[in-house]
Amino acid sequence: MTETTSKPEPQIKIRGLYKIFGADPERVLPEVQKGMSKSEVLETTQHVVGLRAIDIDMYPGKTTVIMGLSGSGKSTLIRHLNRLIEPTTGEILVDGQDVMKMNPAELRELRRTRMSMVFQKFALLPHRSVLDNAAMPLEVREVPEEERHAEAQKWLARVGLDGYGASYPHQLSGGMQQRVGIARALTSNSDIMLMDEAFSALDPLIRTDMQNLLLELQEELHKTIVFITHDLDEALKLADHLVILKDGEIVQQGEPQRILMHPEDPYIVDFISDINRARVLRARTVMTEGITPDAVVHGDVDVNDTLESVIARAEGRTDQAFRVVRDGQPVGHLSMTDVVLALVPTDASEQRQATV
Amino acid sequence: MAHYDGVFNTLGLRDWCDAGKEDGPMTMAQLLAQAKGADPNETTGPLPFPSLDSLHDACSRIPQTREMTAGLERFFLDIKNSLKVVLDPITQPLSWMLDGALWLFTTIPWWVLIPMLIALTWYVSRSRAVTIFVALAFVFLGAIDHLEVAIQTLAIIFVCTGLCVIFGVPIGIAMSKNDTLQKGTIPVLDLLQTLPTFVYLIPLIFLFSVTESKLYGIAIILYAIVPVIRLTDLGIRLVDKDVIEAADAFGMTSRQKLFKVEIPLALPNIMAGVNQTIMMSLAMVVIASLVSAPGLGVLVLRGIRNLEIGVGLIAGLGIVLLAVMLDRASKAALNRVDVSRSTR
Repeated sequence: MTETTSKPEPQIKIRGLYKIFGADPERVLPEVQKGMSKSEVLETTQHVVGLRAIDIDMYPGKTTVIMGLSGSGKSTLIRHLNRLIEPTTGEILVDGQDVMKMNPAELRELRRTRMSMVFQKFALLPHRSVLDNAAMPLEVREVPEEERHAEAQKWLARVGLDGYGASYPHQLSGGMQQRVGIARALTSNSDIMLMDEAFSALDPLIRTDMQNLLLELQEELHKTIVFITHDLDEALKLADHLVILKDGEIVQQGEPQRILMHPEDPYIVDFISDINRARVLRARTVMTEGITPDAVVHGDVDVNDTLESVIARAEGRTDQAFRVVRDGQPVGHLSMTDVVLALVPTDASEQRQATV
Repeated sequence: MAHYDGVFNTLGLRDWCDAGKEDGPMTMAQLLAQAKGADPNETTGPLPFPSLDSLHDACSRIPQTREMTAGLERFFLDIKNSLKVVLDPITQPLSWMLDGALWLFTTIPWWVLIPMLIALTWYVSRSRAVTIFVALAFVFLGAIDHLEVAIQTLAIIFVCTGLCVIFGVPIGIAMSKNDTLQKGTIPVLDLLQTLPTFVYLIPLIFLFSVTESKLYGIAIILYAIVPVIRLTDLGIRLVDKDVIEAADAFGMTSRQKLFKVEIPLALPNIMAGVNQTIMMSLAMVVIASLVSAPGLGVLVLRGIRNLEIGVGLIAGLGIVLLAVMLDRASKAALNRVDVSRSTR
């Protein structure tokens, strides 16, 4: 959907980003750029390649999810966006401005007004009340107390913490603490929200709640969200654009539905083999585009309906077909045989050979 | 003949050794040997360690050990005057503060001072039990006529602990921010902490007159400042890295980070340091009475000197009582600021 509609300028552009950890990264960089493998670099130079040749475009109002297992460099990557970590080389453009060339004052301004962050371990100030915590981004900007408390109060109420302002973080459950973390990020009123494994420390049920909260907020606020996770289901649920990292390199990036249907790497095939495809794949991904007026259809389904709901509509029968509509306009045709076929995971190597 | 003659002979240094030969004053060992009627240069008995003294026996060019201690003493005496020019004015305010505090605490009538101190206890501790204990302790000290000396000790402790905090906390913060500074400071702190308390007094007695209050003030501060520096450094280094990262991510300046995040979160540790500092200055205040510090220490000293067992023991008990009061009050204050508690 994102890729077909008119393309605005990306809000964040990452170009040729490398991060090497070790005593003298500059010396090792040329070798890494030439393509020396991570283990080889570690063996010959005792340097660790954190990130290699990262290029990502992040569009305004969209959620970009960066997914990878632990050690894949995803947390390192997100910290480059507001320069909590300095890269070895590369460009990060936020609204066309290179973050790497900013002086300390400009960088502080960026962090104060244009980017906010939500942390895996919440990172609230334990000695401050919930209200003060939520108001912290404005306090940093020296906004008068009354004004910042009013703003913080508003966002606390929005994330469902009305009346908890006077409590202290340790009195709240993990889920509620992370709501404070989100309220804090929203209070800063920045366009960009960085979320570093924001829901990973929460129980599954609470996590689902928080994901729904985030989707709801996003529908209303249209922030540019960069979300880090190791959980594929979470990634597929939230992402407009999905980036899969492995050992500091991008394995594949694109629209999540596309990655599911056309995995380009055995690693991704393994990764997606366990998920419930019926729940994740949507009608628009599987449908045949174009209107066939004379086809027999048993009803209408929305482009964003999951295959699960389509199967439920068909009551399990495979001899049915549906018309797919977007905003009431028919856009495609969906037969139940296609639906069932789409549930069989594609094999990457075959797929690649087919496309090459 | 001395034990190590052979060594110098074989090295061909005999001429060099004897060139500047002169008979210095005899050592105690030589005197004793002479008194016994033995030849002091005789090589009998077991082989001694090749120390300066025994090498000196063989070669008079080698200095004796006593010259080292004498040299150190000369060095101190030589720099004394120039050091005094610098140190005297710098430390003079300490004398004024100590004398002022002693004057103030002993001039205010007891029926004003004691309620004030009890109110202060309540203010810092907010603990009824601690406040009542402090009140009872004062009543007891007053009843046995030790109130004035105890108050003197307390005045010294207040001034010295206050200065320890004023200097120690910034030093600790600087150490936590700078690894090189930390590496350089830790040996000094180790030295200050392990140096026997009496040894503090030796260079100070050289520098200042024994009647000046700053003499014991400096000794107490040097001894007691260590824990508050160490624990401030530790406390700030232990602040949760995630919280620091959040502070950075929202664009805090280093000053905002220090005052809004690091110091508040390190406060329990800093308070623990202050508590230790109070206890250590109390320990030093007894020894400081050797160099004219007033207070309970003087009575302890009298007890030792004149074998007035009762006087010494009662004064000692008074010090213990002061220690418990200060400890409980500062611990209660520590608990109050502890961030794990909900209310402030």
